[in-house]
Amino acid sequence: MSEGESVDLVLVLAIQVLFAMASLALISVGLAVIFGMMRVINLAHGEFLMLGGYSAIVANQHGVNLWIAMLVVAPLVVGAIGVVVERTLIRFLYGRMIDTMLATWGLSLFLIGLVTGIFGNTTVGISAPLGGMAIGNYRTSIYGLVVIAITAALLVAIYLVLRYTRLGLFARGTMQNPNMAAALGLSPPKVYAVTFGIGAALSGLAGALIAPISGVFPTIGIAYIAKAFITVIGGGAAILSGTISAAALFGAIQEVATYFTTPVFGVVITLAAAIVLIRLLPQGITGRFLKRWL
Amino acid sequence: MKIARRALLKTSAATAAAVSTGTMLSSRGYAADPIKVASIHDLSGGLDIYGKPMVDALTLAIEEANAAGGLLGRQLKLVSYDPQSNMQLYTQYAQDAALKEKVAVVHGGITSASREVIRPVLDRFKTLYFYNTQYEGGVCDRNQFDTGVTPAQTVQKLVPYSMKKWGKKVYIVAADYNYGQITSEWVKRYVKENGGETVATEFFPLDVTNFGPSIAKIQAASPDFVWSALVGGAHISFYRQWAAAGMNKKIPMASTTFAVGNEHIVLSPEECNGMLICYNYFQDLKNPQNTAFVERFHKRFGANYPNITELAMGTWQGFQLWAAAVKKANSVDRMKVIEALETPISIDAPSGKVTIDAPTHHCILDVHIAEVRDKKLNVLEDFSQQPPADTAAVCNLKKNPNDNKQYVIKA
Repeated sequence: MSEGESVDLVLVLAIQVLFAMASLALISVGLAVIFGMMRVINLAHGEFLMLGGYSAIVANQHGVNLWIAMLVVAPLVVGAIGVVVERTLIRFLYGRMIDTMLATWGLSLFLIGLVTGIFGNTTVGISAPLGGMAIGNYRTSIYGLVVIAITAALLVAIYLVLRYTRLGLFARGTMQNPNMAAALGLSPPKVYAVTFGIGAALSGLAGALIAPISGVFPTIGIAYIAKAFITVIGGGAAILSGTISAAALFGAIQEVATYFTTPVFGVVITLAAAIVLIRLLPQGITGRFLKRWL
Repeated sequence: MKIARRALLKTSAATAAAVSTGTMLSSRGYAADPIKVASIHDLSGGLDIYGKPMVDALTLAIEEANAAGGLLGRQLKLVSYDPQSNMQLYTQYAQDAALKEKVAVVHGGITSASREVIRPVLDRFKTLYFYNTQYEGGVCDRNQFDTGVTPAQTVQKLVPYSMKKWGKKVYIVAADYNYGQITSEWVKRYVKENGGETVATEFFPLDVTNFGPSIAKIQAASPDFVWSALVGGAHISFYRQWAAAGMNKKIPMASTTFAVGNEHIVLSPEECNGMLICYNYFQDLKNPQNTAFVERFHKRFGANYPNITELAMGTWQGFQLWAAAVKKANSVDRMKVIEALETPISIDAPSGKVTIDAPTHHCILDVHIAEVRDKKLNVLEDFSQQPPADTAAVCNLKKNPNDNKQYVIKA
């Protein structure tokens, strides 16, 4: 292998690592919003991803442009489902962590059953748009780069909303002290519903963006929920910096480990790293570092 | 009405005789009872892409047999189980089929893992078992018949064909269980025999969906072609990601599993055109038997049925071989049917002539190399009447009728 070629390979691998980080951050950020802001452990998170994938594919099959289906239809549909779930299920259970876990687990089973009933327990998928591009002698998918870019834009947008808008201020205020927020004229139930809806919408978007890469089937959420939880727990209390730092760490470890060993050992090494991390930093990365960040 | 005592005695004796005959028969089922045929195929979960066409083929075969008057004057009844791509359910359903339903024969199992789960169960409860999937070869068990093709019949043909077309450096990607592990050994062996080199082999668990790092690795190794023995719904994303990177235009691919689950229809033509495969059956085979079969199949399941797969035909042929043996034995008794099959039974199937190879309980059949082109499988070359030479090298049930294991053939 010539020097030029090995530079190309490093570049291709770097893109792969970035993609792994981005996709981890993508599938985790909806969970992080719901868990980080509302202390609700949403075990139906994986199913929100799955519903996002189905929304995008079904919309696309009905003639909606793929990008609109993924970037608009999926988050809207899943966000709406999220609001309905919050109003009918979650709002009765705030502050009761175990009960919300049970309720959302039930919801997860219900959604899997419902979708299996409608679409059948088969893999559906769409081809990734945009094709490939050459990096020297290597090739990589343009769509992967787009996913990286969209994730970066999304994280920046979340930061801006939380930091600089009234909506973000209301949300942060309500999460910190709901009674004080209510005394100042806010309606905490409304803020909760909107926050939960936004968390669900983010999950729907993530599920849609991942659909062309992995395909969608009713139980696909199971494949993602563990990764998402490990990322959120590993990241700690801060929604954004926690998700980003944990996704970067675990994404890099998994990708590099998979490249140098096998897919099986890649997962083993990542999980081992997660255990070590939680042992050393029980409050997650942002429990020790980046404490004052969002 | 006046009945003579003698006449009364006569009638009651006859009735008693009839009743006792009836009781004797009932221990083996009344003559009018249907013969039960079990189907254990995944109809949901990651393996449903394989299971559905298999059950459809079996359903049609049984309906046609019943319309023609059944077997031995009895109707057939399909007892269908869906193990949902879950190994535990395979055990449970095999026991249910053998003990509760007391079926005459079980057709089932898709992955080699599932076959090795139910094979001992059906051995123990003495229930005849047909495994109709193409697989890695080596199973040696008198209670079982394997109607699918094995590597000596397919890999042996496809490796030299692909190497001649594309070159000598091969990279293998395979599913991480006994099928993928053993099949990749065969690929390596035939690559070596043909003067080529296997640069690397990589295994993926059935639920892996991210193939990014592996695709980079394959590019770094820059093989002349990739050999895929990937299995199931999740692995379809390998072909998607391969094409999304534009690799399908750069490095060609051959496979022992592609199209068996209709991957060529799920994927777009741009994603998989030009791939080479090798099986016993293709829907487009040109012979009168097959033309008539495809017509009947479409009449039953709709003209837009995506594709009659290799596995569907395997199942159809498995059933026909069994039915022919039942007729020959004039019984559904397990041992009698096994002995009839070993005579050996031979049928004219839509895929050509299929004959049981008595020493191995595998099949001698035709195979064809085909190319994927615009959602169709175009046959390029035919190989007539291929014996299961791999299994034959290790298994001889005539000499060792009590043999009961899967030999891992040293490739």
